[in-house]
Amino acid sequence: MIDADLHPAARQWPPIVELRDVTAAYRSRPVLEGIDLAIAPGERVAIVGPNGAGKSSLLRVMSGILRPSRGSALLAGDPIELLDRRTVARRLAVVPQASTLPFATRVEELVGLGRIPHEDPFRGHRPVDRAAIAAAIDRVGVGHLLGRDARELSLGERQLVLIALAVAQDAPLILLDEPTVHLDIRHQVQVMELLVDLNRRDGATVVAVVHDLRFAAHFFGRTVVVDRAQIVADDVPGRALDADRIREVFGVDPALVRSGLPPAELEPAPI
Amino acid sequence: MAASAGSLRIASVQRSVMERARAHPARLTAAALLALVVTVVLGVGLGSVAVSPGDILGILARHVLGLPIVSTWPPAAETIVLELRLPRVLTAVVVGGGLAVAGATFQGLLRNPLADPYVLGTASGAALGAAIAVVIPVRIAILEFGLVQLLAFIGAVLAIAIVYRLSRSGPLAPLTGLLLTGYAVGSLLAAGLSMAMYLSGSSLRQIFSYLLGGLDGSSWLRLAGTTPIIVVGSAAILLRARSLNALLLGEEAASHLGIDVGRERTILLGLASLVTAAAVSICGLVGFVGLVIPHLVRLVTGPGARRLLPLSAIGGAILLVLADVVARLLGEIPVGVVTAAIGAPFFLVILRRARTGYEL
Repeated sequence: MIDADLHPAARQWPPIVELRDVTAAYRSRPVLEGIDLAIAPGERVAIVGPNGAGKSSLLRVMSGILRPSRGSALLAGDPIELLDRRTVARRLAVVPQASTLPFATRVEELVGLGRIPHEDPFRGHRPVDRAAIAAAIDRVGVGHLLGRDARELSLGERQLVLIALAVAQDAPLILLDEPTVHLDIRHQVQVMELLVDLNRRDGATVVAVVHDLRFAAHFFGRTVVVDRAQIVADDVPGRALDADRIREVFGVDPALVRSGLPPAELEPAPI
Repeated sequence: MAASAGSLRIASVQRSVMERARAHPARLTAAALLALVVTVVLGVGLGSVAVSPGDILGILARHVLGLPIVSTWPPAAETIVLELRLPRVLTAVVVGGGLAVAGATFQGLLRNPLADPYVLGTASGAALGAAIAVVIPVRIAILEFGLVQLLAFIGAVLAIAIVYRLSRSGPLAPLTGLLLTGYAVGSLLAAGLSMAMYLSGSSLRQIFSYLLGGLDGSSWLRLAGTTPIIVVGSAAILLRARSLNALLLGEEAASHLGIDVGRERTILLGLASLVTAAAVSICGLVGFVGLVIPHLVRLVTGPGARRLLPLSAIGGAILLVLADVVARLLGEIPVGVVTAAIGAPFFLVILRRARTGYEL
């Protein structure tokens, strides 16, 4: 499953996430078939694939939202369906989609929601929670947005605030579903660099569904290619995204996307 | 030019007042409670026979606290205060507070600023129950609770139970399913209500006054019968503030924040519906309190449920007491007319002044 020469982080054991022979379906439509995947603590993994391939479903199985019809999903060694949601939320943070908030919500209030798995159910935020919120705001660099209604922010600013929410959640594993969708190029790069930084400096394991193959190659050490409900490649970006596979899986001329890619023999991806 | 500068200055003063209120939640709560006490005294004092605030406090100190205060007021004032006004004003406090808490809960749960306590069919169920009680020739009374109150309560609870059951079996996403099923069941119940009204003949006015809401039927026993449900239900909702906060981000995100969404949705829906049912059983369908107050409070406190719910309760209480005073002074017009007449323009002004818009 994991080659010894794949990536230094991948040799750490036990995996923070492990899927064993996972098959899952939405209303009897199969979305994942026989998935085996292990991610070690400290890895930075990009999940790529065409629309409808099963990338989001893969994330949803990892976070325990989608229950496999066969096989099992383990979170730090424990079957995720046996953990209560609060325990799961302390072990993994999912950066929420930038969905519309129903009511005016300030940036600091939004980031504060990340403390829900930790806060006292009755008394709310304690000093330790307030410190974590301040630290997350500082870490992601959204201090200049404090006091503003999160709904009035640009998409790029909002995405950073939502990542700050996940950072405030203080979980060792961060999952993201297309974190740069709709963002301008500057914010896309800013988000990607932030993820790399969170991984390198704080040791967070980062697993993200990424659409842009060049970003996947440039910012992630490991690329998992999903196509038609199956993992068809799991390797360093240079090898996972070779010309034949890009043509086969994505149906486009590899020259379009590989121009910015490192040569296949180079590993791991340069940052 | 000058006018716009002036209005800018007013806006900035308002903003700084709001900022201070937000930064000091304890002071804000204390101020709100003080306002509530003043409103209650006002509500007890005003009416066809006015009683001075001093006399009210004296009567309360003597009869409620048992202090040895020499009576300086006419004996009739005691009866008016203790038997008529006080139960009525306290009913307005409890019902107004309960409806505002239920409204805030439904809005948070359904992630819909237009939601109110009646949105999922409780109102139609209660109305049909009340109308049936008026139409059928049976009269019972248990501790001053007549058939109207009992059937209204049962109707509201049954309606929401049916909506909940039906919405779970469909293929729709939970929230969409709840809203659409609530609408469908509500329409069906409204048809039943129309039929009952058509058949009611001379009792039509009685059904109609239930639909508009009123506090003229208040009594100590009715208050004692419903207060526990409303207070315990509201407190139980407040203890689940965490879940309401998480739901701001949507159901899946709430689940990622450690909330068992299905379970919490069921519990919050049940609690808010019980509170609503208890409130409408004694006061009829008082409108607007549950819709407007949570929005007004959110402008000051933000969307966090831990501050929103208690202050909504206080705000709802104040609004309903004031509305009832107006209704009383205008010769017992339905209080629902007053809450709408006060609430709607006030709401519009606040929305126009608000810094942030409401997206639907």
